Order: sequence, then C-alpha cells, then structure tokens
Amino acid sequence: MSSRTLPRFDRVERYAHWCTATLMLILLFTGFSMYAGPLSQLVGRRLLMRTVHLYAGLLLPVPIVVAIALRAGGQLREDLGRLNRWTHEDRVWWSRRRRAGARLGKFNPGQKLNATFIGASIVVMLMSGSILKWYGPFTDSWRQGATFVHDWFAIGLLFAIGGHIVLAFRDPDALNGMVHGPVDAGWAKLHRPRWYAEMVGSDGGGAPDAIGDIGARPAHDATESGLRAGEVPVVDPVHGGTGDGVGDREL
Amino acid sequence: MTEPDRGAPVGRRVFLGLVGLGAAGVIVGAKVQNWLEQVVAPIEAKDFTGLTSLLPFGNYRFYSITGDFPHRARDQYTLEVKGLVETPFSISYAELTAMPATKLKRDFQCVTGWRVPDQHWTGVQLSKLLDRAGVKPEATALRFVSFDGEYTESLTLAQARRPDVMVAYQLESKPLSRQHGGPVRLYVAPMYGYKSCKWLQTIELTARVEPGYWENNGYDVDGWVGRSNGRDDAPT
Repeated sequence: MSSRTLPRFDRVERYAHWCTATLMLILLFTGFSMYAGPLSQLVGRRLLMRTVHLYAGLLLPVPIVVAIALRAGGQLREDLGRLNRWTHEDRVWWSRRRRAGARLGKFNPGQKLNATFIGASIVVMLMSGSILKWYGPFTDSWRQGATFVHDWFAIGLLFAIGGHIVLAFRDPDALNGMVHGPVDAGWAKLHRPRWYAEMVGSDGGGAPDAIGDIGARPAHDATESGLRAGEVPVVDPVHGGTGDGVGDREL
Repeated sequence: MTEPDRGAPVGRRVFLGLVGLGAAGVIVGAKVQNWLEQVVAPIEAKDFTGLTSLLPFGNYRFYSITGDFPHRARDQYTLEVKGLVETPFSISYAELTAMPATKLKRDFQCVTGWRVPDQHWTGVQLSKLLDRAGVKPEATALRFVSFDGEYTESLTLAQARRPDVMVAYQLESKPLSRQHGGPVRLYVAPMYGYKSCKWLQTIELTARVEPGYWENNGYDVDGWVGRSNGRDDAPT
C-alpha cells in the first residue's frame, strides 16, 4: 500500500513554482551581492549584477501570472483559493499542543502564510524596485522610502525562503510533490487528512495511482458526509473523533 | 444542507495588508530610516561581532555612476593639480602620504538619507596642496575629476581652504578601499557625500564654479549637510 500516491501539483503549478524559485534565487543573490558589505566585496562585477537583477526582477511576476491565466491553470487557481481560505482547523494548528489534532486541508497554515507573504512581496518589490530604477518623477523622500521598503522586504524574503527550503528538505514527501507531482497517500492521510478525504472520498477510500487527473472532485459537503459514513480509518485513532470535536472549540 | 466551513479569506487580507505596508513604507520610510540611523546606528557601531553591519542602516551604501568601481593600484596612482596655478604638479601615493597628515572624526551623511556615525578619516588638507601649487588670483573655484574621467565635482576656493576638507587616503585607519573611492578620494566633511569625489585624480583650479556630475542632475552646488537639497539632517 505504501506505493499508493495522490496527485498533488500538476505540471502548470510545478513550472510556475520552479520558474519563480529560480528567478527569486537569482534576485536574492544579485541583490545581496550589491549591498551586503562582505558579499559585495567578494562578488564584485556590479554592472553585471545590476543588469541581471533588473531583468530577473521584471520577469519575476511573469510565471505565476501566465500560469494563472492559462486554460490549464485550473488547479493552480483552485489551490490559490485554498491558500486564501483559513478554516477553524488552521487556527487549531497554531496551537502546538493541539497541532496533531488539526484536520488540515491541502495546505498547512505555514504554507498559506509563506505563499501569501511571497506573493505580496513580489508586488512590493516590483513597486519599490521600479521607483528605484525609474526615480525621475519621485521625490527624494519617496526614493529613500522605496530603498527602505526594498531593503526590509529583501531581508524578510531571505528568511522566508531560507525557512521554506529548510522545511522542504525536512519533509521529503512534500518536496517530492513539488518536484514530481504526486505524493505518498500515507503522507497525505497523516498530514493533510481533509485533503486526503477529498481526494479519495467518493471512491470509498480507494486512492488512484499517480497517473493523470483525479477527475471530478466531490463537493465539500458530499465529502464530509461520505467521511462520516465510511471513512473512519482516515481519522488518526490516537486523536479519534477530533475531526468533529475541535471544530466546536474556540482557540 | 448548510454551506460547509470554507473559512475566512485571511490570505487575501494579509496579502493586501502587506502590499499596503509596502506602499506606506515608501511614503514614511525616509523618516523611519532617519530615526534608525540616529538612534540605532550608534549602538550598532559598538557591536564588535559585526553581525549588525548586515542590517540596512548605519552602513555605507556603495554607489557608482558607472556600472563598476574604477581601479588603480596604489603604486600606479598619481594626483594632478593643474589649471590656474603657478606651478602645476603631480604627486604619487607615496609622496602624498609622506606629507603632514590630518585626521578627522565625523559622521558621513548621504543625500539619499543614510548616515554612518563617527568615521575616522586620514589625509592631507586640500589647502596644503593648494599652497604648494600657488593659486593664481583669477582662480575662484576647483574642479575635481575621477580617474575614470566620469565623475566630476566642484568647490569654491573658500570652501576648499576649510580645515575640514581633505584629500583622504585612510578610513578607520585602513587604506581606503576601492569601494570607498581608494586609493585616494576627496573628503568634504561638512557636505553631503556626493561632494566628496571618489577615485580622485585631477584637481583643477578654475575661474568660476563648474557644476559637477550630480549638480548637473539637480543636486545643490553648495551641498552643506542640513542646509541644502531640501533636507534637515543634523550637521556633520
């Protein structure tokens, strides 16, 4: 049974992720090599760094915007909706004590926060970077403000992306989903039980193997009732019943 | 059946909040930055681990109007004093550093807002070089040129004779690095950084002030800290 997998990220999502990741790493490297004292003395080649930084920066929003606009971007659009919505289970997750009992959907709250922060940062960096590059119409004060914003969001991004990479390597199953697409069904069942139930719900627990799309996904309430009817094994026995129990408690 | 719990659109709120924070930061960031430079930077200066120097305040930011930093080895370097003088001359790095030195400890203030506190500069007073060349009576101003020929600056003769204006070759008791404008740069202590021509090669005495690179791009010719360019920084 351990070879069973569930499709997590489709081709469009993976391309959008890795194109954005590549551009982001180029931007962090070229940016910090121009302004972080010790690194700037090590790297040099300022004109090259500046040119690469400028074009990589202008390209940064392109992969995600194109992927969203594509006809094939349906799953990405759906996943963005999931990243947007914070349920009661997400609030439960923030409590370390009760974390194990949170019946999470496709993404955990950390992933939601990371995606939101990086998305907003792309907008902010593009805006402040453009003021720095095309400074003509702006006052000195705004230019200084743009420098300030660009600096601090860059530091925020360094930590967010550093943390993202560390956590990805700590969870090879999840990383595998972004590299190849499918994830181990056991991983999904344990860490993303609500998503697991959604994926296997109408099939009565029989997860398909990692080929192709999963077809029509059941509606939420159908999943819920299907779950109550026959999906007892999905709930971790240690925290049995928490799926309904935690929902009634306030954090 | 009732709608299942789809959750609140927290992501969208956080997203818009962060973008709003970025926009607000552009508008008020200058004030916050100035506060950081004045309040936090002196603490940072006492941090011997050097870790806080990675934070974006209280540090130099290196600018160059060309894409790169010009390079000249110290033993290849010469400084030229010419124009409206009795005896034009050139001196090598070794000759310059053998002249009587002067030291200054001042804050370094950039017109874009950042400030580095308590910097120790070592060099030769510009007035000493002027005395050696013998300024002709018709000269009223100086023109400075960097050794890549790209950057130019100006001072009036009266400004150039101030005791806190020097041709600097050391910063913090270390030879001036290439990024800081080494091996030799101008250091005009009471004025914004753009007046302190980096990679200095030529000092030319002129009949009138010829505005330099940034002055042709809108900065004030008399770049006193706190009294020019519409800024109110504390004087250095």
